[in-house]
Amino acid sequence: MSTDSLHTQTLAELKAGLENRDFSAVELAEALLARIDAHDATLNALLTVTAEQALDAARQADDRIANGEARALEGLPIVHKDIFCTRGVRTTCGSRMLDGFVSPYDATVVSRLADAGTIMLGKANMDEFAMGSSNETSYYGPVHNPWNPACSPGGSSGGSAAAVAGRLAPAATGTDTGGSIRQPAALTNTVGLKPTYGRVSRYGMIAFASSLDQAGVITRSVEDAALLLGGMAGFDERDSTSIDHPVPDYFSALEEDLSGLRVGVVRQHFDAGLEEHTGAAVREALDLLKTKGAELVDVDLPNIDLSVPTYYVVAPAECSSNLSRFDGVRFGHRADDAEDLLDLYCKSRGEGFGAEVKRRILTGTYVLSAGYYDAYYLKAQQVRALIAEDFREAFANVDVIAGPTTPTPAFELGAKTDDPITMYLNDIYTIGANLAGLPALSVPCGFVGGLPVGLHLVGGHFAEQTLLNVAYSYQRDTDWHHRCPEAYA
Amino acid sequence: MLDAPRSALLNPITTPEKPVSLDKDQVRHIAMLARLHVADDDIQETADKLSRIVDFVDQLSKAPTDGVTPMAHPLNASQRLRADSVTETDERDRVQENAPLVRDGLYLVPRVIE
Repeated sequence: MSTDSLHTQTLAELKAGLENRDFSAVELAEALLARIDAHDATLNALLTVTAEQALDAARQADDRIANGEARALEGLPIVHKDIFCTRGVRTTCGSRMLDGFVSPYDATVVSRLADAGTIMLGKANMDEFAMGSSNETSYYGPVHNPWNPACSPGGSSGGSAAAVAGRLAPAATGTDTGGSIRQPAALTNTVGLKPTYGRVSRYGMIAFASSLDQAGVITRSVEDAALLLGGMAGFDERDSTSIDHPVPDYFSALEEDLSGLRVGVVRQHFDAGLEEHTGAAVREALDLLKTKGAELVDVDLPNIDLSVPTYYVVAPAECSSNLSRFDGVRFGHRADDAEDLLDLYCKSRGEGFGAEVKRRILTGTYVLSAGYYDAYYLKAQQVRALIAEDFREAFANVDVIAGPTTPTPAFELGAKTDDPITMYLNDIYTIGANLAGLPALSVPCGFVGGLPVGLHLVGGHFAEQTLLNVAYSYQRDTDWHHRCPEAYA
Repeated sequence: MLDAPRSALLNPITTPEKPVSLDKDQVRHIAMLARLHVADDDIQETADKLSRIVDFVDQLSKAPTDGVTPMAHPLNASQRLRADSVTETDERDRVQENAPLVRDGLYLVPRVIE
C-alpha cells in the first residue's frame, strides 16, 4: 500500500492499518514528519519536532507489533501541546520565560500515552501559558488556520487544532481552562473534548488556573476522541485534584441510539451575540438530533451571563499565584543586568512574560490584594457556586446541554488584539463548563463562508460517554468532519 | 525600581454605576506586588486595559450572593492527603540543568547581604 495518503486517515483507521500490517509504524511516522516538513512553515503549528525520537519509538512499535505485543495505541502518532512537560525535550508553554527549558520529567498525560504506544511527533504552539483565544499571544508567533491562513485557529490550543486540521498529525493533546480545546476545535473543523475536572491528571501540565485547567484531546472524529481519552484518563496520585473514578472503555461503548435522550437548549446561548449563520448551522444540528430520537428541552441557566466576568476574576487570581514560581533563579528566563534580588525578580518576569500574561498577573494580583479580596475573588467564587448550581438543576432534567461553541467562525489574525474584553467574549459559551467542572465537547456542524462551525455539548460530571455518544451519533449522519482544507488534502 | 506609594490602593475603588479606573500609580503598586517590571512607556496602556478588565468584572457586584458559600472545588471534593513519606529520588543535578546560574549545587542570586 502507498504511504502517500496516510495523513488522510484517522487514528482508528491507522490503528486498523497497523494491525493489518498494511504499513509500518516507521512508514507512518516518516509520512507525517514529511507532512510537517512540507506544511508547518505556513501553519506555525509546531514549536519543536521530535523526529529522531519519533522514529526510534516507531521502530520499537514495529517490533512490538511483529511480536504480537501491541498496546492499545501502538504506533499511533500524536502531537502534545507545549504545556505538557516532556522529559529531555524543550517545553516552552509558548513563552520566552521557558524558551530554553528542557523538562526533567514527563507529564502524566505524556507518560500514559507513551505507555499506551503513541508516538510523539512534536510539541504544539499555543497562546503563552494558555492565556489567549487566538494563539496570538505565543512568543513564537501566531498559528495560522488551515481553512484560511489569514485567520486565527483559535486558542489557546491553536497549534494542536491546526496540526490536526492541516493533517500534520491525526490527533493532539490540548488543555482547556475556559474553552482552549473546544474553541480551536470549532474554528478548525475538528473534535475537541474537555473532560470532567479531575478526570485527567494535571501532573506535569504547566498550571494556569488550577481549579479550571483540564487536559483533553483534539481529533478528527469522535471515535478518535474516545480512543485517545481512554489512553490518558484515570486517577493519578501525583495530582492532588485527580479523582478516583472508574474509566470506561469509551471507544467500545460508543452508541448511536439517541432515543429518549433529553437535550437541553439554553435561551441565552442564542441571543444577540451569536452570528446569524453560525446560529442557523447549530439549530440545524439540533434538529438532526431530534430526528434521531432526542427530545429538545428548554433550559434556564439564570446566572450564565455572569460566567465570563466570574472567569476573569478566578482565572487571573489563580494565574498570579501559579506564575509566581517564575523568579529568574531556579529555572526560566533571567535578566542579566539586575541590581539586586528584587530587581532580578521584577526584570526577569518583565522580560520573560508577554503583554497578555502580564495583564492577567496584574489583574489577579489586584483582585487578591488587601481590601479587594472580598469584593472580587470571594464574590466571584460565590457567583461560580450559583452557576454550578444552575447546571446541577438543569442536569436533573436533561442529559446534555447543546448550543454553539463560539459566537462566530474564525476571525482574522489581529482583529481582536486591541481590546482584551472583545477577545475574552469568544469563550462566552464554553467558560461555564470550566467553572462548574463539567465535561464538554465541540463537534463540527457546518460551514459559514468557508469557515467551520462547532456544536457544543455539555454533560454532567463524568458524563464523557454520553457526550461522545451524542457526537458519534451526529457524525454517523453528517460528513462535516470529513471535509479537509483544500491545501491540506 | 518600582516604588509606588502604598496609599494608592487605599481609595475605595468603585460604585457599580461608575466605571472603574486604575491610575498609573495604582498600576505601579500592583506591579510591585506582583514583582513584575512594567516599562514606563507601557504603564498608561496597561492602566487603560486593566481598567477595562476590572470595569468588566465589576458587573459581579450586582449579583445577589447573600448566604452563598463560595465554591472551593468544582466537584465538592475534599483535599486528599498522602502518607508523609519520601517518594522522590534526589535529582538535584538534573533539575539544576535548567537553572540560569548555579555553583556547587547552589542557586546564585545577586548579593542580598552586604
